Amino acid sequence: MDTPVGEQEIKLLLNDLIELYGYDFTDYAKASLKRRINRLFTLDRFPSFAEFRYRLCNDADYAKRFVEQLTVNVTEMFRDPKFYQNLREHVLPVLATYPFIRIWHAGCSTGEEVFSMAILLKEANLLHKSLLYATDLNSQVLQKATTGIFPMSQMKQYSENYIAAGGKEDFSRYYTASYNVVKFDEELSQRMVFSTHNLVSESSFNQFQLIMCRNVLIYFEKELQGRVFALFDDSLENLGFLALGSKETLKLSPIISKYRQEGKEKIWRKIH
Amino acid sequence: MAQNSLTDFQKKIVVIGGSAGSLQVILHILTYLRPDLNIPVVIILHRKNDSDSSLSQLMGLRTSLPVKEADDKEAILPGHIYLAPADYHLLIETDGYFSLDDSEKINFSRPSIDVTFQTAAEAYGAGVTGILLSGANADGVEGLEIIKSLKGIIAVQDPKTAQVPYMPQHAVDSLPVDHLLTIEQIPGFINRL
Repeated sequence: MDTPVGEQEIKLLLNDLIELYGYDFTDYAKASLKRRINRLFTLDRFPSFAEFRYRLCNDADYAKRFVEQLTVNVTEMFRDPKFYQNLREHVLPVLATYPFIRIWHAGCSTGEEVFSMAILLKEANLLHKSLLYATDLNSQVLQKATTGIFPMSQMKQYSENYIAAGGKEDFSRYYTASYNVVKFDEELSQRMVFSTHNLVSESSFNQFQLIMCRNVLIYFEKELQGRVFALFDDSLENLGFLALGSKETLKLSPIISKYRQEGKEKIWRKIH
Repeated sequence: MAQNSLTDFQKKIVVIGGSAGSLQVILHILTYLRPDLNIPVVIILHRKNDSDSSLSQLMGLRTSLPVKEADDKEAILPGHIYLAPADYHLLIETDGYFSLDDSEKINFSRPSIDVTFQTAAEAYGAGVTGILLSGANADGVEGLEIIKSLKGIIAVQDPKTAQVPYMPQHAVDSLPVDHLLTIEQIPGFINRL
Protein backbone atom coordinates (compact mmCIF):
# COMPACT_ATOMS: atom_id res chain seq x y z
CA MET A 1 0.00 0.00 0.00
CA ASP A 2 2.26 2.74 -1.25
CA THR A 3 0.90 6.29 -1.18
CA PRO A 4 -1.16 7.26 -4.24
CA VAL A 5 1.10 10.20 -5.09
CA GLY A 6 4.72 9.03 -5.15
CA GLU A 7 7.99 10.92 -5.42
CA GLN A 8 8.02 11.16 -9.22
CA GLU A 9 4.46 12.47 -9.32
CA ILE A 10 5.27 15.04 -6.63
CA LYS A 11 8.13 16.33 -8.79
CA LEU A 12 5.68 16.87 -11.65
CA LEU A 13 3.22 18.77 -9.44
CA LEU A 14 5.93 20.98 -7.96
CA ASN A 15 7.17 21.80 -11.45
CA ASP A 16 3.66 22.72 -12.58
CA LEU A 17 3.30 24.94 -9.55
CA ILE A 18 6.48 26.88 -10.39
CA GLU A 19 5.78 27.21 -14.08
CA LEU A 20 2.10 28.10 -13.89
CA TYR A 21 1.78 29.91 -10.59
CA GLY A 22 5.28 30.94 -9.45
CA TYR A 23 5.28 29.04 -6.13
CA ASP A 24 8.48 27.11 -5.49
CA PHE A 25 8.15 24.19 -3.07
CA THR A 26 11.08 22.16 -4.44
CA ASP A 27 13.30 22.80 -1.41
CA TYR A 28 10.66 21.95 1.17
CA ALA A 29 11.36 18.89 3.36
CA LYS A 30 10.14 15.93 1.33
CA ALA A 31 8.51 13.61 3.89
CA SER A 32 6.15 16.29 5.16
CA LEU A 33 5.37 17.56 1.66
CA LYS A 34 4.52 14.04 0.54
CA ARG A 35 2.14 13.65 3.46
CA ARG A 36 0.44 16.99 2.75
CA ILE A 37 -0.03 16.22 -0.94
CA ASN A 38 -1.39 12.74 -0.30
CA ARG A 39 -3.67 14.10 2.39
CA LEU A 40 -5.12 16.60 -0.07
CA PHE A 41 -5.47 13.95 -2.79
CA THR A 42 -7.53 11.80 -0.40
CA LEU A 43 -9.46 14.73 1.08
CA ASP A 44 -10.59 15.97 -2.34
CA ARG A 45 -11.39 12.43 -3.55
CA PHE A 46 -9.52 12.43 -6.82
CA PRO A 47 -10.00 9.16 -8.71
CA SER A 48 -6.52 9.33 -10.24
CA PHE A 49 -3.27 11.27 -10.19
CA ALA A 50 -3.94 12.47 -13.76
CA GLU A 51 -7.15 14.18 -12.65
CA PHE A 52 -5.43 15.69 -9.65
CA ARG A 53 -2.73 17.16 -11.88
CA TYR A 54 -5.20 18.33 -14.52
CA ARG A 55 -7.19 20.22 -11.89
CA LEU A 56 -4.09 21.86 -10.47
CA CYS A 57 -2.93 22.97 -13.92
CA ASN A 58 -6.26 24.23 -15.21
CA ASP A 59 -8.01 25.72 -12.21
CA ALA A 60 -6.32 28.74 -10.61
CA ASP A 61 -8.69 28.65 -7.65
CA TYR A 62 -7.78 25.05 -7.01
CA ALA A 63 -4.09 26.00 -7.18
CA LYS A 64 -4.76 28.46 -4.34
CA ARG A 65 -6.31 25.69 -2.31
CA PHE A 66 -3.37 23.41 -3.16
CA VAL A 67 -0.86 25.97 -1.86
CA GLU A 68 -2.93 26.64 1.23
CA GLN A 69 -3.20 22.93 2.01
CA LEU A 70 0.48 22.26 1.34
CA THR A 71 1.53 24.73 3.99
CA VAL A 72 0.78 23.94 7.61
CA ASN A 73 -1.38 26.59 9.26
CA VAL A 74 -1.57 25.20 12.76
CA THR A 75 -0.86 27.95 15.29
CA GLU A 76 -2.04 29.23 18.65
CA MET A 77 -1.77 32.28 20.89
CA PHE A 78 1.11 32.32 23.37
CA ARG A 79 2.30 28.91 22.17
CA ASP A 80 5.20 27.84 24.42
CA PRO A 81 4.36 30.26 27.26
CA LYS A 82 7.93 30.29 28.59
CA PHE A 83 9.08 31.69 25.27
CA TYR A 84 6.64 34.60 25.58
CA GLN A 85 7.61 35.15 29.18
CA ASN A 86 11.20 35.43 28.00
CA LEU A 87 10.21 37.97 25.34
CA ARG A 88 8.35 39.98 27.94
CA GLU A 89 11.12 39.98 30.50
CA HIS A 90 14.27 40.13 28.39
CA VAL A 91 13.55 41.32 24.85
CA LEU A 92 10.86 44.01 25.30
CA PRO A 93 12.94 46.04 27.80
CA VAL A 94 15.64 46.30 25.09
CA LEU A 95 13.13 47.19 22.38
CA ALA A 96 11.71 49.85 24.71
CA THR A 97 14.91 51.88 24.31
CA TYR A 98 14.19 52.48 20.60
CA PRO A 99 12.09 55.48 19.52
CA PHE A 100 10.26 53.26 17.04
CA ILE A 101 9.95 49.46 17.06
CA ARG A 102 9.65 47.32 13.93
CA ILE A 103 8.84 43.62 14.26
CA TRP A 104 8.50 41.08 11.44
CA HIS A 105 6.36 37.98 11.87
CA ALA A 106 7.56 35.83 8.96
CA GLY A 107 5.09 33.06 8.10
CA CYS A 108 2.43 34.46 10.42
CA SER A 109 -0.37 32.16 9.20
CA THR A 110 -3.73 33.16 10.71
CA GLY A 111 -2.15 35.75 13.01
CA GLU A 112 -2.39 34.25 16.52
CA GLU A 113 1.26 35.03 17.26
CA VAL A 114 0.95 38.60 15.98
CA PHE A 115 -1.95 39.27 18.33
CA SER A 116 -0.02 37.67 21.19
CA MET A 117 2.87 40.03 20.49
CA ALA A 118 0.55 43.04 20.29
CA ILE A 119 -0.82 42.16 23.74
CA LEU A 120 2.70 41.92 25.17
CA LEU A 121 3.59 45.30 23.62
CA LYS A 122 0.44 46.92 24.92
CA GLU A 123 1.11 45.68 28.45
CA ALA A 124 4.66 47.04 28.24
CA ASN A 125 3.20 50.35 27.03
CA LEU A 126 5.10 50.01 23.74
CA LEU A 127 2.33 49.25 21.28
CA HIS A 128 1.79 52.91 20.29
CA LYS A 129 5.36 53.17 18.97
CA SER A 130 5.50 49.71 17.34
CA LEU A 131 4.68 48.37 13.91
CA LEU A 132 4.12 44.64 13.41
CA TYR A 133 4.73 43.45 9.86
CA ALA A 134 3.00 40.13 9.41
CA THR A 135 3.68 38.15 6.24
CA ASP A 136 2.76 34.79 4.79
CA LEU A 137 2.86 33.32 1.30
CA ASN A 138 -0.85 32.54 1.58
CA SER A 139 -3.26 35.41 0.98
CA GLN A 140 -6.19 33.40 2.41
CA VAL A 141 -4.67 32.98 5.86
CA LEU A 142 -3.68 36.66 5.88
CA GLN A 143 -7.28 37.63 5.24
CA LYS A 144 -8.28 35.67 8.31
CA ALA A 145 -5.48 37.26 10.33
CA THR A 146 -6.58 40.77 9.32
CA THR A 147 -10.04 40.28 10.82
CA GLY A 148 -8.73 39.52 14.31
CA ILE A 149 -11.56 37.00 14.67
CA PHE A 150 -10.81 33.67 16.30
CA PRO A 151 -12.93 30.73 17.50
CA MET A 152 -14.36 31.05 21.01
CA SER A 153 -13.51 27.40 21.61
CA GLN A 154 -9.77 28.25 21.70
CA MET A 155 -10.00 30.99 24.32
CA LYS A 156 -9.72 28.78 27.38
CA GLN A 157 -6.42 27.34 26.12
CA TYR A 158 -5.13 30.76 25.03
CA SER A 159 -6.06 32.31 28.35
CA GLU A 160 -4.13 29.54 30.17
CA ASN A 161 -1.14 30.08 27.88
CA TYR A 162 -1.32 33.83 28.50
CA ILE A 163 -1.27 33.36 32.27
CA ALA A 164 1.55 30.80 32.05
CA ALA A 165 3.48 33.41 30.03
CA GLY A 166 3.24 35.86 32.95
CA GLY A 167 0.06 37.65 31.88
CA LYS A 168 -1.59 39.47 34.77
CA GLU A 169 -4.79 40.77 33.20
CA ASP A 170 -8.10 39.10 32.60
CA PHE A 171 -7.46 37.76 29.09
CA SER A 172 -11.07 38.34 28.02
CA ARG A 173 -10.59 42.12 28.27
CA TYR A 174 -8.77 41.95 24.92
CA TYR A 175 -11.71 40.66 22.90
CA THR A 176 -15.45 40.89 22.42
CA ALA A 177 -17.31 37.59 22.21
CA SER A 178 -20.14 37.04 19.81
CA TYR A 179 -21.72 33.59 19.51
CA ASN A 180 -18.91 31.13 18.82
CA VAL A 181 -16.23 33.63 17.82
CA VAL A 182 -14.32 36.46 19.45
CA LYS A 183 -12.97 39.63 17.88
CA PHE A 184 -9.80 41.14 19.28
CA ASP A 185 -9.70 44.89 19.97
CA GLU A 186 -8.88 47.10 17.01
CA GLU A 187 -6.38 48.88 19.18
CA LEU A 188 -4.22 45.76 18.76
CA SER A 189 -4.68 45.34 15.02
CA GLN A 190 -4.18 49.05 14.26
CA ARG A 191 -0.43 48.56 14.62
CA MET A 192 -0.29 45.57 12.24
CA VAL A 193 0.53 45.53 8.54
CA PHE A 194 -0.37 42.32 6.68
CA SER A 195 1.20 41.46 3.35
CA THR A 196 2.04 38.40 1.25
CA HIS A 197 5.72 37.54 1.18
CA ASN A 198 7.36 34.31 0.07
CA LEU A 199 10.50 33.48 2.05
CA VAL A 200 11.65 31.18 -0.75
CA SER A 201 11.66 33.69 -3.58
CA GLU A 202 11.44 37.25 -2.22
CA SER A 203 14.06 39.48 -0.68
CA SER A 204 14.40 41.70 2.36
CA PHE A 205 11.92 44.61 2.48
CA ASN A 206 12.80 46.49 5.66
CA GLN A 207 15.03 46.58 8.73
CA PHE A 208 13.72 45.16 11.99
CA GLN A 209 14.71 44.95 15.64
CA LEU A 210 12.91 41.63 16.10
CA ILE A 211 12.09 38.89 13.60
CA MET A 212 9.76 36.10 14.70
CA CYS A 213 9.69 32.98 12.54
CA ARG A 214 8.45 30.04 14.56
CA ASN A 215 7.81 26.56 13.18
CA VAL A 216 8.21 27.64 9.58
CA LEU A 217 11.79 26.54 8.91
CA ILE A 218 11.11 22.95 9.96
CA TYR A 219 9.30 22.57 6.64
CA PHE A 220 12.39 23.54 4.66
CA GLU A 221 15.40 21.49 3.66
CA LYS A 222 18.68 22.53 5.22
CA GLU A 223 19.97 24.49 2.24
CA LEU A 224 16.78 26.54 2.00
CA GLN A 225 16.92 27.13 5.75
CA GLY A 226 20.37 28.62 5.18
CA ARG A 227 19.08 30.95 2.46
CA VAL A 228 16.24 32.13 4.71
CA PHE A 229 18.65 32.75 7.58
CA ALA A 230 20.68 34.96 5.23
CA LEU A 231 17.49 36.84 4.35
CA PHE A 232 16.75 37.36 8.05
CA ASP A 233 20.31 38.50 8.64
CA ASP A 234 19.87 41.10 5.85
CA SER A 235 16.64 42.26 7.48
CA LEU A 236 17.83 42.52 11.06
CA GLU A 237 19.44 45.62 12.55
CA ASN A 238 22.62 45.21 14.52
CA LEU A 239 21.71 44.11 18.08
CA GLY A 240 18.32 42.93 16.81
CA PHE A 241 16.69 39.65 17.87
CA LEU A 242 15.75 36.54 15.88
CA ALA A 243 13.19 34.22 17.51
CA LEU A 244 12.61 30.66 16.25
CA GLY A 245 10.36 27.72 17.18
CA SER A 246 11.22 25.52 20.14
CA LYS A 247 12.90 22.83 18.00
CA GLU A 248 14.59 25.13 15.49
CA THR A 249 18.17 26.32 15.74
CA LEU A 250 20.58 28.78 14.19
CA LYS A 251 23.50 26.61 15.34
CA LEU A 252 24.22 24.88 12.04
CA SER A 253 23.80 27.99 9.92
CA PRO A 254 26.72 29.98 8.44
CA ILE A 255 25.48 33.21 10.07
CA ILE A 256 25.78 31.78 13.60
CA SER A 257 29.14 33.52 14.18
CA LYS A 258 27.36 36.89 14.16
CA TYR A 259 24.79 35.80 16.75
CA ARG A 260 24.60 34.94 20.42
CA GLN A 261 21.82 32.86 21.96
CA GLU A 262 19.99 34.69 24.75
CA GLY A 263 19.02 32.38 27.58
CA LYS A 264 17.42 28.96 27.16
CA GLU A 265 14.73 29.90 24.67
CA LYS A 266 15.33 29.92 20.90
CA ILE A 267 16.14 33.64 20.78
CA TRP A 268 19.36 34.89 19.19
CA ARG A 269 20.81 38.40 19.19
CA LYS A 270 22.84 39.84 16.34
CA ILE A 271 26.08 41.00 17.92
CA HIS A 272 28.33 41.77 14.91
CA MET B 1 16.27 8.98 -7.09
CA ALA B 2 15.92 5.29 -6.27
CA GLN B 3 19.68 4.76 -6.04
CA ASN B 4 19.84 7.41 -3.33
CA SER B 5 17.31 5.58 -1.25
CA LEU B 6 18.61 4.12 1.97
CA THR B 7 16.81 0.88 1.29
CA ASP B 8 19.48 0.02 -1.27
CA PHE B 9 22.11 0.03 1.44
CA GLN B 10 20.00 -2.32 3.58
CA LYS B 11 20.27 0.06 6.49
CA LYS B 12 18.27 -0.77 9.56
CA ILE B 13 16.21 1.24 11.99
CA VAL B 14 13.98 0.35 14.93
CA VAL B 15 10.86 2.44 15.54
CA ILE B 16 8.96 1.95 18.80
CA GLY B 17 5.54 3.46 19.49
CA GLY B 18 3.79 3.54 22.84
CA SER B 19 1.00 5.26 24.67
CA ALA B 20 -0.61 4.75 28.09
CA GLY B 21 1.32 2.19 30.13
CA SER B 22 4.36 2.05 27.87
CA LEU B 23 6.91 4.21 29.70
CA GLN B 24 7.89 1.40 32.07
CA VAL B 25 8.28 -0.95 29.10
CA ILE B 26 10.54 1.53 27.32
CA LEU B 27 12.67 2.00 30.43
CA HIS B 28 12.99 -1.80 30.67
CA ILE B 29 14.01 -2.05 27.01
CA LEU B 30 16.65 0.65 27.39
CA THR B 31 18.11 -1.04 30.47
CA TYR B 32 18.85 -4.24 28.54
CA LEU B 33 19.91 -2.92 25.13
CA ARG B 34 23.45 -3.99 24.38
CA PRO B 35 25.93 -1.12 24.68
CA ASP B 36 27.36 -1.85 21.23
CA LEU B 37 23.99 -1.76 19.46
CA ASN B 38 24.62 -0.70 15.88
CA ILE B 39 21.21 0.51 14.72
CA PRO B 40 19.28 3.68 15.52
CA VAL B 41 16.22 3.36 17.77
CA VAL B 42 13.44 5.93 17.47
CA ILE B 43 10.82 6.13 20.23
CA ILE B 44 7.44 7.79 19.82
CA LEU B 45 5.67 8.13 23.12
CA HIS B 46 2.35 9.89 23.59
CA ARG B 47 2.71 12.39 26.39
CA LYS B 48 1.68 15.80 27.62
CA ASN B 49 2.77 18.87 25.71
CA ASP B 50 5.41 19.98 28.16
CA SER B 51 8.41 20.79 26.05
CA ASP B 52 11.03 20.18 28.74
CA SER B 53 13.44 17.37 28.07
CA SER B 54 13.24 15.58 31.43
CA LEU B 55 11.87 12.43 29.78
CA SER B 56 14.94 11.93 27.60
CA GLN B 57 17.11 12.54 30.66
CA LEU B 58 15.20 9.90 32.59
CA MET B 59 15.63 7.49 29.67
CA GLY B 60 19.32 8.32 29.43
CA LEU B 61 19.89 7.03 32.97
CA ARG B 62 18.97 3.50 31.84
CA THR B 63 21.52 2.97 29.09
CA SER B 64 25.05 3.90 28.10
CA LEU B 65 23.84 4.52 24.54
CA PRO B 66 23.32 8.22 23.73
CA VAL B 67 19.68 9.26 24.26
CA LYS B 68 18.26 12.54 23.00
CA GLU B 69 15.18 14.26 21.65
CA ALA B 70 15.35 14.32 17.87
CA ASP B 71 16.14 17.74 16.41
CA ASP B 72 14.92 19.07 13.10
CA LYS B 73 17.22 18.00 10.20
CA GLU B 74 19.38 15.93 12.53
CA ALA B 75 21.27 13.03 10.92
CA ILE B 76 20.12 9.61 12.16
CA LEU B 77 23.10 7.73 13.61
CA PRO B 78 23.44 4.03 14.47
CA GLY B 79 23.49 3.21 18.16
CA HIS B 80 21.65 6.38 19.09
CA ILE B 81 18.28 6.45 20.85
CA TYR B 82 15.99 9.25 19.67
CA LEU B 83 12.79 10.40 21.33
CA ALA B 84 10.11 12.28 19.38
CA PRO B 85 9.77 15.76 20.90
CA ALA B 86 6.45 16.72 22.52
CA ASP B 87 3.92 18.47 20.28
CA TYR B 88 5.62 17.70 16.94
CA HIS B 89 5.29 14.87 14.47
CA LEU B 90 8.66 13.22 13.84
CA LEU B 91 9.29 12.33 10.19
CA ILE B 92 12.13 10.34 8.67
CA GLU B 93 13.52 11.63 5.37
CA THR B 94 14.86 9.32 2.66
CA ASP B 95 18.41 10.69 3.02
CA GLY B 96 18.61 9.49 6.62
CA TYR B 97 17.72 12.49 8.72
CA PHE B 98 14.77 13.66 10.79
CA SER B 99 12.40 16.49 10.09
CA LEU B 100 9.68 17.85 12.34
CA ASP B 101 6.17 18.86 11.48
CA ASP B 102 3.59 20.66 13.63
CA SER B 103 0.58 19.88 11.44
CA GLU B 104 -2.79 18.65 12.73
CA LYS B 105 -2.95 15.94 15.39
CA ILE B 106 -3.55 12.42 14.10
CA ASN B 107 -5.53 9.98 16.25
CA PHE B 108 -5.66 12.85 18.76
CA SER B 109 -1.89 12.64 18.97
CA ARG B 110 1.14 14.72 18.14
CA PRO B 111 3.60 13.07 17.89
CA SER B 112 1.69 10.43 15.99
CA ILE B 113 3.13 6.92 15.88
CA ASP B 114 1.60 6.36 12.42
CA VAL B 115 3.49 9.32 10.92
CA THR B 116 6.91 8.13 12.10
CA PHE B 117 6.19 4.49 11.22
CA GLN B 118 5.02 5.40 7.72
CA THR B 119 7.93 7.72 6.89
CA ALA B 120 10.40 5.20 8.36
CA ALA B 121 8.94 2.55 6.06
CA GLU B 122 9.20 4.83 3.02
CA ALA B 123 12.81 5.73 3.83
CA TYR B 124 14.22 2.40 5.10
CA GLY B 125 11.89 -0.16 3.46
CA ALA B 126 12.79 -3.72 4.51
CA GLY B 127 15.28 -2.35 7.04
CA VAL B 128 12.55 -1.20 9.39
CA THR B 129 11.44 -3.01 12.52
CA GLY B 130 8.32 -1.47 14.05
CA ILE B 131 7.32 -2.31 17.61
CA LEU B 132 3.98 -1.27 19.09
CA LEU B 133 3.55 -1.21 22.87
CA SER B 134 0.82 -0.70 25.46
CA GLY B 135 -1.79 2.01 24.88
CA ALA B 136 -5.44 3.02 24.72
CA ASN B 137 -5.25 4.65 21.29
CA ALA B 138 -5.69 3.43 17.70
CA ASP B 139 -2.43 5.12 16.69
CA GLY B 140 0.35 2.95 15.26
CA VAL B 141 -1.67 0.16 13.63
CA GLU B 142 -1.86 1.82 10.22
CA GLY B 143 1.85 2.61 10.48
CA LEU B 144 2.64 -1.04 11.20
CA GLU B 145 0.57 -2.04 8.18
CA ILE B 146 2.64 0.23 5.94
CA ILE B 147 5.90 -1.09 7.41
CA LYS B 148 4.69 -4.62 6.65
CA SER B 149 3.63 -3.73 3.11
CA LEU B 150 7.10 -2.31 2.40
CA LYS B 151 8.72 -5.56 3.62
CA GLY B 152 9.69 -4.45 7.11
CA ILE B 153 9.29 -6.49 10.31
CA ILE B 154 6.42 -5.80 12.70
CA ALA B 155 6.34 -6.76 16.36
CA VAL B 156 3.80 -6.10 19.07
CA GLN B 157 3.93 -6.24 22.86
CA ASP B 158 1.87 -9.25 23.94
CA PRO B 159 -1.43 -7.63 24.98
CA LYS B 160 -1.53 -10.00 27.99
CA THR B 161 1.56 -8.23 29.34
CA ALA B 162 0.34 -4.73 28.50
CA GLN B 163 -0.94 -2.42 31.20
CA VAL B 164 -3.39 -1.05 28.61
CA PRO B 165 -3.90 -3.79 25.99
CA TYR B 166 -6.13 -1.89 23.51
CA MET B 167 -3.42 -0.66 21.14
CA PRO B 168 -1.40 -3.90 20.80
CA GLN B 169 -4.60 -5.98 20.73
CA HIS B 170 -5.92 -3.87 17.86
CA ALA B 171 -2.70 -4.58 15.94
CA VAL B 172 -2.88 -8.33 16.62
CA ASP B 173 -6.53 -8.44 15.52
CA SER B 174 -6.00 -6.62 12.24
CA LEU B 175 -2.48 -7.47 11.03
CA PRO B 176 -0.25 -10.51 10.40
CA VAL B 177 2.15 -9.60 13.19
CA ASP B 178 5.63 -11.20 12.83
CA HIS B 179 6.51 -11.29 16.54
CA LEU B 180 4.41 -11.19 19.67
CA LEU B 181 6.76 -10.32 22.53
CA THR B 182 6.58 -10.17 26.31
CA ILE B 183 8.20 -7.17 27.98
CA GLU B 184 11.23 -9.30 28.89
CA GLN B 185 11.68 -10.51 25.31
CA ILE B 186 11.73 -7.09 23.63
CA PRO B 187 15.31 -5.95 24.43
CA GLY B 188 16.78 -9.30 23.33
CA PHE B 189 14.74 -9.13 20.14
CA ILE B 190 16.22 -5.70 19.31
CA ASN B 191 19.74 -6.80 20.31
CA ARG B 192 19.60 -9.62 17.74
CA LEU B 193 18.39 -7.51 14.80
